[in-house]
Amino acid sequence: MEFLSYLISGISLGSVYAIIALGYTMVYGIAKMLNFAHGDVIMIGGYVSFCAMFYLGLPPVVATLLAVLACTALGIIIERLAYKPLRSAPSLAVLITAIGVSYFLQNSALLIWKAAAKVYPPVIDGSAQLFDGQLKIPYISILTVFACLIIMAALSLFVSKTKMGKAMRACSEDKGAAQLMGINVDATISITFAIGSALAAIAGVLMCSAYPSLMPTTGSMPGIKAFTAAVFGGIGSIPGAFLGGLLLGIIESMAKAYISTNLANSIVFAVLIVVLLVKPAGLLGKYVPEKV
Amino acid sequence: MSAKLKRMKSHTRVNLLTYLGVTVLFVVMFYLQSAGMLKRSMAGMLIPICCYMSMAVSLNLTVGILGELSLGHAGFMSVGAFSGIIAASCLQTAIPAAGLRLVIAMVVGALFATITGFVVGTPVLRLRGDYLAIVTLAFGEIIKELINCLIVGTDEKGLHMIFNVSGAKTVEDLHLKDGGVAIIKGAQGAVGTQTIATFFAGYVLVMITLLIVLNLKHSRAGRAIMALRDNRIATESIGINVTKYKLMAFVTSAALAGAAGALYGLNFSSLQATKFNFNTSILILVFVVLGGLGNVWGSLVAAAALTILPEALREFSDYRMLVYAIVLILVMLATNNPKLKVFFSRFGKKSEKEGN
Repeated sequence: MEFLSYLISGISLGSVYAIIALGYTMVYGIAKMLNFAHGDVIMIGGYVSFCAMFYLGLPPVVATLLAVLACTALGIIIERLAYKPLRSAPSLAVLITAIGVSYFLQNSALLIWKAAAKVYPPVIDGSAQLFDGQLKIPYISILTVFACLIIMAALSLFVSKTKMGKAMRACSEDKGAAQLMGINVDATISITFAIGSALAAIAGVLMCSAYPSLMPTTGSMPGIKAFTAAVFGGIGSIPGAFLGGLLLGIIESMAKAYISTNLANSIVFAVLIVVLLVKPAGLLGKYVPEKV
Repeated sequence: MSAKLKRMKSHTRVNLLTYLGVTVLFVVMFYLQSAGMLKRSMAGMLIPICCYMSMAVSLNLTVGILGELSLGHAGFMSVGAFSGIIAASCLQTAIPAAGLRLVIAMVVGALFATITGFVVGTPVLRLRGDYLAIVTLAFGEIIKELINCLIVGTDEKGLHMIFNVSGAKTVEDLHLKDGGVAIIKGAQGAVGTQTIATFFAGYVLVMITLLIVLNLKHSRAGRAIMALRDNRIATESIGINVTKYKLMAFVTSAALAGAAGALYGLNFSSLQATKFNFNTSILILVFVVLGGLGNVWGSLVAAAALTILPEALREFSDYRMLVYAIVLILVMLATNNPKLKVFFSRFGKKSEKEGN
């Protein structure tokens, strides 16, 4: 029973990582950049939904929609102002800019909402009781897992079936050739950022409902973990991000329960290192041999 | 004299000017400090600035000269800092001279960081690009958490060390004899450290770092390392041992970071392992990138300027980190703007022609 409840909390945590990692992996696949500001978009999503629920008294669904809208807009603005001018710059310059954006978002949040942690009102309360109350599954975990599955299915369909998805795949393969085929590369990248940021907003709401303390730095550690999850599964691959996120959540939860709370993150990272040494392109990543 | 300067290779000239610049700056700052003309906040930053300069130059060896992105440089600094603190605390009675103890602590810090660099580098350097970056990040976080679990104390019977995996152990579990001292208390970090770091040691550290990195860069090994950065496959095909040279650069960089860490650790009476987190690694990476990849004196200037900048912005209080972020983004946008680049390259060529 105990094991099952740890497993369920791991799957729920992993689903949050998976949603964030999906955003990471899409942006990486197309823009080929490590978007370190992604974690802070989650935090902004959390704060927007918090304000909508706490100060305006809106229902959770409307608050989530507001957060999604705000983060989508934020993602597009960040891309236009900070990343687009650096399209042809070396990748390290883009990385540092992303870190600058991350600092900017964190410190803006610090000025607006102050450093003290806010107690996030959960989107849904209560838990399902199984086996005569021996096993409690919080409804928020169930919601998170379903949200993650739906998002992952929808994204896979979007990328494989629609015209826009085709454009995305083309851009990630070869930007120059895609442009010659009449694909608007800039618009495709903007839309990718919009989708990634919208996912970050949803992840923000779900994560804050499960772990109800909201601070300006709330997003950074989940951001790094989700990045790890994306690499773990093979960066650029959508099922990979899902698998990576889920596995990472379960490993973290089990490590916390059975090995050590202090070393849970270390164990997660150690597993990542081992996986990358055995499979250098991640679990589901494509290994591309270098051509000379 | 000037004719002699002109006959030198241009990089030798730049290197000499770098050494000279650092020395002049040190003398000026030392004079100002002893005359009491520095503000207290500024005087307190002198040693950390030296450490950051050394960190930036050593990271530049990995990122700029070897061309591999490392996001875990603070981990080596952490290893150096805590092993240095332990060494200095243990020798407190055996060696009364603070200067000698500081030197030994820095050597011990460098040694432990070298070992860590070797352990981390051997697997990590087989990976490439962003995968390598994420694994260095992972190692940095692991080092942070491991040191966070460490409880160390010393008494007449020697060094006692336990590993606080469960999170329930405290200093009591070391069972120290009377008169024993706890050096590192788990998550509380090192407390009650004697602050024996001096500004002069910082200067020596920066000079040694410069000597090692600049000489390595312009040696046969350095040319092999830079060839690896520019084209790994071509380099491998002419018979250069990839692993050897990659490890050489990586481990040297780790060792220097360890020495800098030891000096940093002995500058504060209390220090937590969480100080050396991902953000610190990023901070040093920012110095390197802003100073220019592979450009050693650029790293020095950037490290000093960006450590002073948040302090100088103190009057903006809450807004200073926001201003810092905006400055960072704008500098990156400006230095990579094609129009500005054309403008600067025209300027650069002109001055070159005039020089000839």
